[in-house]
Amino acid sequence: MTNPASSGTGGAVRFGALLLAMPLLLWLFLLVILPHVDLLLVSLRERISYGKYEFSLINYTEFFVEPLYWNTYIRTAVMSIMATALTLLIGFPVSYYIAKVMRGKGKNVLFLLCLIPFWVSELVRTFGWMILLRESGVISNFLQWAGIADGPVEMLYNDATIMVGLVYTSMLFMVVPLVSVLDSLDDSLIEAGYDLGGNAFTVTRDIVIPHAMPGIASGCIVVFMLTLGNYLTPNLLGGKDSLWFTEQIYTQFITRFNWESGSAFGFLLLVLSSMIVWIGLKLSRQTLSETVS
Amino acid sequence: MADQFDLECRDVVKKFDAFTAVDSVSLTIPKGSFFSILGPSGCGKTTLLRMLAGFQTPTSGDILIKGSSVLGVPPNRRPVNMVFQHLALFPMMNVSENVAYGLKRRGADRATIEKKVSDTLARVGLPDSGPKQISQLSGGQKQRIAIARCLVLEPAVLLLDEPLGALDLKLREHMKVELKQLQHEIGTTFVYITHDQSEALVMSDQVAVMNAGRFEQVGAPQDLYYNPHTAFVAGFVGESNRWKGTVGMTHDDHIVINLPTGGAVLASRKTHPTLAEGQPVDVFVRPEAIAIDGQGETDNAIAAKVDNVLFNGAASSVQVRDKATGHEMTVALPQTGAFANLKSGDLVNLTWGAEQTRCFVAAENQEATA
Amino acid sequence: MIPSIPQPRFYKGLYAGYIALFFIYLSAPLIVVGVFAFNDSLFPSMPWEGGTLKWFFGSDGPYIGIFNDGKLLESVGVSAFVAFWVTLLSVTVGTCNAFLFERAQFPGKNLLYVVALSPLVIPGVILGISILVFSNAIANGIEEAIGWDIDFLRPGLFLVIIGQFAFITTITTLVISARLRKFDISLEEAALNLGATRQAALWTVTIPFLKPALIGAGIVAFLMSFENFNTTLMLVGSDAPLTIAMFDRLKQGSTPVLNALSLLLMVVSGGLALLSVFVQRDRNST
Repeated sequence: MTNPASSGTGGAVRFGALLLAMPLLLWLFLLVILPHVDLLLVSLRERISYGKYEFSLINYTEFFVEPLYWNTYIRTAVMSIMATALTLLIGFPVSYYIAKVMRGKGKNVLFLLCLIPFWVSELVRTFGWMILLRESGVISNFLQWAGIADGPVEMLYNDATIMVGLVYTSMLFMVVPLVSVLDSLDDSLIEAGYDLGGNAFTVTRDIVIPHAMPGIASGCIVVFMLTLGNYLTPNLLGGKDSLWFTEQIYTQFITRFNWESGSAFGFLLLVLSSMIVWIGLKLSRQTLSETVS
Repeated sequence: MADQFDLECRDVVKKFDAFTAVDSVSLTIPKGSFFSILGPSGCGKTTLLRMLAGFQTPTSGDILIKGSSVLGVPPNRRPVNMVFQHLALFPMMNVSENVAYGLKRRGADRATIEKKVSDTLARVGLPDSGPKQISQLSGGQKQRIAIARCLVLEPAVLLLDEPLGALDLKLREHMKVELKQLQHEIGTTFVYITHDQSEALVMSDQVAVMNAGRFEQVGAPQDLYYNPHTAFVAGFVGESNRWKGTVGMTHDDHIVINLPTGGAVLASRKTHPTLAEGQPVDVFVRPEAIAIDGQGETDNAIAAKVDNVLFNGAASSVQVRDKATGHEMTVALPQTGAFANLKSGDLVNLTWGAEQTRCFVAAENQEATA
Repeated sequence: MIPSIPQPRFYKGLYAGYIALFFIYLSAPLIVVGVFAFNDSLFPSMPWEGGTLKWFFGSDGPYIGIFNDGKLLESVGVSAFVAFWVTLLSVTVGTCNAFLFERAQFPGKNLLYVVALSPLVIPGVILGISILVFSNAIANGIEEAIGWDIDFLRPGLFLVIIGQFAFITTITTLVISARLRKFDISLEEAALNLGATRQAALWTVTIPFLKPALIGAGIVAFLMSFENFNTTLMLVGSDAPLTIAMFDRLKQGSTPVLNALSLLLMVVSGGLALLSVFVQRDRNST
C-alpha cells in the first residue's frame, strides 16, 4: 500500500516530499559529493604562481616517484588489513560467547560491558595505553618488580604497539555486528548440526560462520575503514616512525600547506579504502546496503 | 428511500494499473445489520473495505453513507470507523487514552471524554481496564478495546477487517459469539470482511461472497449454503464433493450427469431447468446429504469402500471410494454416533436424493444455471 | 558450543578464561587512566606517590586541577557547543531522511541511499580535507567576485560543525530509519480513521513511536561529536575543541590533570551511553 489518503491530495504530497528531500539533497551535494569532486579537481592541478593553476598530474607522479610516500601507503594498507583480521580473530569468540553461551541477564550485562569502554573518546583510551606501555609505565614497572626485566622497558613506538592500539580501538565495531548476527542464529540449527553427526569444528565451519557472514563483512569493512583513516593511535603510540598515511596528508595540508599534493594523497587513500571495501564485499557476496542495515 | 440504508455502493470499480481489484460492486446495507464480505485472500475485499474507510479512492462508481456520497471526504471526516486487521491499538498509550483518542481529535471537553470512555469500556465488559497498558491485555481484551475505540465515536458504520484472524482457534470461536451479541445490543451496522466462512455464516445477517473483484452472490447465510447460485459459492461455502461431468439424457424430473470415468449422477430437473444435453458441468454434493446404508431417498445409490475414517467428534466423516468408478467422496457421519465403528476397508451403500445434487455449467465465467 | 550441548569441563574453563582475559584487555587502559588521576606526582606514570585530589581541585602551579584549568574548561565548552549544534542538525535531518527513505517512492532512491551511506566508508580525515578544500574554494570565489571575506567558511567552529554533521547524519538516519521501519502504518491509518488530521496523526502517533530512537540518535550524535578527532583536526581554527586541546597537551607531555578530565568524561559518557541503551530497550519491549 502507498501512503494513506495519498490520492486526491497528490499535489500537496509531492510538494511535501520535495520539502522533505531538501535537507537530504543539500547535505549530500554540499557536504559529500561536491567536496569530493573538488578534492579530485584540486589534486589534478599544479600551482604555477600565486593564484595561478594548471592542469597537471604532477601530484600523482610525485607520489609514485617518492619511495617514502609509496611505502607509507602500502604499509598503511597492509597493517590495516592485519589489524582487521586480528580484530576479527579476537572478537569472534567473544561475540559468540556473548550471543550463544551466555543466557539471560548475564548476557546483557556482558554485552554492555563490551560497549561502555567505547563511549569514551579514543584519545582517552590511547592515553591509557601510553600510561601502561611507556618506559616509566605500569607494565615496565611490573616487569622490573617481578624480576623479569633488569631496567625500564620501552614498549611504545613500535609496530606491535600500534597494532595493539588499533585492534583495541576497533573492537566495538566488530563485536556489535557479530553479536547481533550470531544472536539471530537459531540454537536448533547448531543442535541439528550435532544431531546429524557434526562436531565443534564442522558445525562452526558449516553453520555458524556462513550464518555470521553478513556480520563479519560489515564488521570488517567498518574496522578496516576506521583503521586506514586512523590518525590518533599510530601518531601517539607509534611516535615519529609510525609512518601512517593520514599523517602524510596532515603534513601536506597543515605543515607544508601544499593542498594540491595533500588532495592527491587524500584521493589515493579514498581509492584504496573503496577498492578494498569493494573487494571485501565481492568476496563475501554482500552489498553495502545490506551490510549496514 | 436511500436513507434506509446506512451504506450503499453503486458500481464501484478499483483498478491498479491494468489489474482490476474491485469490479463494479454494488451493495446496500440496511441500518443495524451485520453484513459480511466473504472471499479468499486477494479477492478484493480489503480494497473494498479501504475504499469505504477512505484509504483508497474508487476508479469509478459511488459510495454513499446515510444517503450522501462520501467520495471527496477524507478518511478522518467519514462517519465510519474501522477495526484493523492487527487492531492497530496505539502501543504508546494506555487503554483509556486509546479509547479517548477520537474524542480528543473532535475537541470534546474533558468531562465528556471521561464519561464516554468509561461508559464504552463498561459496554464492552472491561470497565476497570482504563489505566492498563496495551501490552498487558489478552488477545480477546485487545479485540474489545479496538471495538470500543470505534464505538465511542458512535459511527454510522463499523468496518471490521478480519479482526479475529490473529486469535487462536478457541478464542476465535468465543469471540464470534461475543461479536454477534455485541452488535445485536448496540445496533450499529457492522461490515465485516473475512476469508473464514464459518465466521461469516455464524455472525451475519447478510453475506456477500466475493471472488476476483466481483460479488458472486449476496444473501442470508442459509441461502448461500443451501441455494448457491454459482459453482464458486457452492465450492467456497461449506464442504462439498465435487466432480466434473457432462449433461446426458434428460427425463421428466431427472437429469443424468455422466462422469468422465464412467458412472452417472442424477440431478433434479426442477432445480436445473435450463441444463441442455452435452453441456459440461461441475457437480456438487454436500457430505451430509449422503446417507449411509439406506435411510432417506435413493435416487443415487453407490456401493463404496471406506478408505479412511476421519474422527472429529460431531463433525466426523469418512472418505470412501466408489467401487465401480474409483471416485473419492467424503461422507459425513450422523451425529448420533451410529457408524462410529466403521473401519477402513468396510463396505457401505451410499444414497442421496436427486434434488441434493447441484450442477453448474462449467464455462469460463461460471454463470449460474440454477 | 551452546549450553544444551555438553562440552568437556577443561574446554569450558579455557573459553571462560579467554573471555576474562579479553575483558582485562578492554578495561586495563581505562582503569589505569582513572587511577592515575589520583597520583600525587607531576607525571601520569609510575611510581605511585600516594593519593591526592589536587588534579581535580588544585590551584597552585604546577598542581593545577581540572576545575581551575581555564584552557581545558574552555575547550570542554567549545566541544559542548559544537556537539549541541551537530546533534540538533543531524537528528532533524536524519528524521527527514528516514521518512523520505522509508515512506516516499521517487526515482533514483536507491542511488541516493547508497550516497547517503557513503560517509560511513569515507575516512574522517578525507571528509575533513574535502570540506576544507571545498569551503575554501567557495570563500575564495566569493572574495574574488564581490570582495567579501566570508569568515565562517575558513577553518573554525562552523566548519567543524558542518564536517561532523556530514557523517553523523548518516548514523542518525540509520537509527531513526530502523525504528520507523518497525512502525505499523495501520496505526497512522487508525488515527486518521478516528478523526485525526494528517498532522495530528504524525504528532500523536508516529513521533511518540519514534521518540526512543530520536533520543538514542541524539545521544549517539552528541557523544560522537564530542569525541570526534579526525574530521575536527582538519577543520579546526583558533578555538580548540576538547579532543584537539587534549591531543596537544598529550604531545607536549602533561600533568595528571588529563587523567582527572578523562575520568570525568568516562563517568559522563558512560552514564549517557547507559541511558541511551535503556531508553531504547524499555520501549522496544512493548
